[in-house]
Amino acid sequence: MTQVERQQWDVVVVGAGGAGLRAAIEARERGARTAVICKSLFGKAHTVMAEGGIAASMGNVNEGDNWQVHFRDTMRGGKFLNQWRMAELHAKEAPDRVWELETWGALFDRTPDGRISQRNFGGHEYPRLAHVGDRTGLELIRTLQQKIVQLQQADFDEFGDYEARLKVFQECTVTRVLQDGGPAGGGRVAGTFCYERESGRFFVLEAPAVVLATGGIGKSFKTTSNSWEYTGDGHALALLAGAPLLNMEFVQFHPTGMVWPPSVKGILVTESVRGDGGVLRNSDGKRFMFDYVPDVFKEKYAESEAEGDRWYDDPDHNRRPPELLPRDEVARAINSEVKAGRGSPHGGVFLDVSTRMPAERIRRRLPSMYHQFKELADVDITAEPMEVGPTCHYVMGGIAVDSDTAATVGVPGLFAAGEVAGGMHGSNRLGGNSLSDLLVFGRRAGLHAAGYAREHASSPAGRPAASQARIDEAAAEALAPFHAAEGAENPYTLHQELQSTMNDLVGIIRRAGEMAQALERLADLRVRASRAGVEGHRQFNPGWHLALDLRNMLLVSECVARAALERTESRGGHTREDCPGMDRAWRPVNLLCRPVDPAPADPAADRIALVRARTDPIRPDLLALFEKEELVKYLAEEELYE
Amino acid sequence: MTTYDARFRIWRGDAEGGELRDFTVEVNDGEVVLDIVHRLQATQAQDLAVRWNCKAGKCGSCSAEVNGRPRLLCMTRMSTFGSGETITVTPLRAFPVIRDLVTDVSFNYAKAREVPAFVPPEGVAPGAYRMRQVDVERSQEFRKCIECFLCQDTCHVVRDHEENKPAFAGPRFLMRVAELDMHPLDAAAEAGLDRGRAAQEEHGLGLCNITKCCTEVCPEGIKITDNALIPLKERAVDRKYDPLVWLGNKIGRRSGTP
Repeated sequence: MTQVERQQWDVVVVGAGGAGLRAAIEARERGARTAVICKSLFGKAHTVMAEGGIAASMGNVNEGDNWQVHFRDTMRGGKFLNQWRMAELHAKEAPDRVWELETWGALFDRTPDGRISQRNFGGHEYPRLAHVGDRTGLELIRTLQQKIVQLQQADFDEFGDYEARLKVFQECTVTRVLQDGGPAGGGRVAGTFCYERESGRFFVLEAPAVVLATGGIGKSFKTTSNSWEYTGDGHALALLAGAPLLNMEFVQFHPTGMVWPPSVKGILVTESVRGDGGVLRNSDGKRFMFDYVPDVFKEKYAESEAEGDRWYDDPDHNRRPPELLPRDEVARAINSEVKAGRGSPHGGVFLDVSTRMPAERIRRRLPSMYHQFKELADVDITAEPMEVGPTCHYVMGGIAVDSDTAATVGVPGLFAAGEVAGGMHGSNRLGGNSLSDLLVFGRRAGLHAAGYAREHASSPAGRPAASQARIDEAAAEALAPFHAAEGAENPYTLHQELQSTMNDLVGIIRRAGEMAQALERLADLRVRASRAGVEGHRQFNPGWHLALDLRNMLLVSECVARAALERTESRGGHTREDCPGMDRAWRPVNLLCRPVDPAPADPAADRIALVRARTDPIRPDLLALFEKEELVKYLAEEELYE
Repeated sequence: MTTYDARFRIWRGDAEGGELRDFTVEVNDGEVVLDIVHRLQATQAQDLAVRWNCKAGKCGSCSAEVNGRPRLLCMTRMSTFGSGETITVTPLRAFPVIRDLVTDVSFNYAKAREVPAFVPPEGVAPGAYRMRQVDVERSQEFRKCIECFLCQDTCHVVRDHEENKPAFAGPRFLMRVAELDMHPLDAAAEAGLDRGRAAQEEHGLGLCNITKCCTEVCPEGIKITDNALIPLKERAVDRKYDPLVWLGNKIGRRSGTP
């Protein structure tokens, strides 16, 4: 029997990025005693890397903007696969979430009349992104972090204890969501099983409500803009608890990552570079994006460089340049140019601001980009073009959730918000819609988790409790890498092989044969990962941490590969060379990844079963926001008759 | 691509003690010190403890000392060293070691809690905040801070004087006070809180003797001393020796803002 410390809380939030912190603030303000648990130090979450801004239709720069326009842009960007109710709530609530940040001390860049400035971004009809230079994510995290500190200060004044009602367990990892059901998972949420990275000590946070806000999965790919934390933990925790994942085939490759030198390959180059006037050129010096405007967007984008250039000053009488197409379109275009032999020396294309605006303006508008290229690549972006190429950036797929409450499907007490949740962005996310997503649905998850916890704390059946057997199992699973037999596998090697597999076989352009091959390799990696072994002891041991994260990355990668093989079309962040067109018949189809139940003992066996589900019909008043001619391009035949 | 073998000395140990260990490791074009530490983990020392996150100079996690100088490992390029040079990597000296390159930075989180938060102006609804760009820029500079705590590590007030820690917030959190003090809409004064005086009396501003070491190590290039600490000192002094304030205090007219 494992003796572990148990603590009781009302709500446990897993993850301390934008969604997790916003959820925690809401839960605590609704009276729930709230614990936040995060793998890194408080304030270091991946959200700090978000650069461009927060999309919200405040209409500060162009009064024509409103939630309906934002909703339309979001649906178009996601190629109409978005869970429309989420897209609606998101567009309606985003402005309030941004304004609220100001009351907590955030300092956004301003318009001349003193309001929050808004910048242009790909796929957004009007300047819509509230921003702070190109470090908006840092401002968001710091503001939420400081709001949490303020709530803790209030608790200190009242109870003499900063952590009386809101505590951050930093540098701790959750390996299991605990439930009160039988051995195969299922049942109500009872808490989380965790270890402290510093000491390796296990502990249990008992709570009737758990919010998963763990972000994405990018660390399963070799070239990625994501930090080490993005190992798909929340996705895997949900699956292991019995909750399905939605549309995992949709992975966003951001068009502009650094490509040189190799050690920085994948680091993000913000879309603001293009939003503020930067252009993409191939080795012939041609602005190639004009050749890549797809039919569905033909009427909305400029046909000549002259028109595109005029748009920055006169957006009402000109159309936007095609550099500002949604990210999936731009990433594919860059990929094609490089393949056609018109790439830059290091296998990317050129992104140039140096000929588009004065050096002083570049340094003011894009300070981190200036700094990043100067320090890491010896490139002065005010004097020469950058070399950029696609990098794995974001997963649109995620835990299936109820749009209004952020509750997961089938696991009472389990909620999910932010990148880990699926649905909101359909098949492709627009830049700027992530930070607003975190705030809108982080708040909703916190609100409903607190409500759920309140009901269950006072229910006659009592708080759900995790059995000692479940805790013992979780402890044994976490300690397994220390008991590996002779010939143990090195977790770092396994991780590198996984990254190559996903990058090469389930990457930006996909083919059936390669994806089938990826599934075979994943099965082989699962077998080897079951023998992963680590050196040393439990105190701050990164090899051990990685060995545990491998379980999650392998599970999530299987979901991505399986769903990608199943969807025989190209849409948003899922491009198939063997099925190149968007197929309207796939529009109303969601692919759900469910855990095989009971979980097979043989690590080589499939872990994931796919289920097709029909999407909810889009509400008529929301459909009425689009022209008929446009809907015809997206909706399936039968949907048009309904 | 050029490749060579570099010699590293890395501190390994824990709170009980430790020592510098020698490693020889491959280095490729364009790499940073963090790449080398990762290569050591993958090939020679699986359990070598290091903190890191973004590897892009944005999160401030991988702070350590390279050849005795506080630096972000992800922003320290190998090309800044000669190929024959031995590179020494040690944990931040001002904080207690947990293991290898990882230190206990809880001091900073404790200090963060001691600075009263932003006070929103009364009667201004969300969405009605109006501020000029030129007025927010001063505080924006300080909000570029990625909380790498290199300034806290290098500041000689605490670096070799553990005894000063209780009384001294350090450059990062004195700068936080300055940031709030310069926020165009912060209503602390109306709420009876004098941030300048608090900096002096509660956060140890007086211990700072403006040697600018913090500014020198800041990876964000924030002019901590010139733009935050010195103006804060000037304000604290102005307040303290302002005869009108003194008189106001004496006759009890300005109890809110002494």
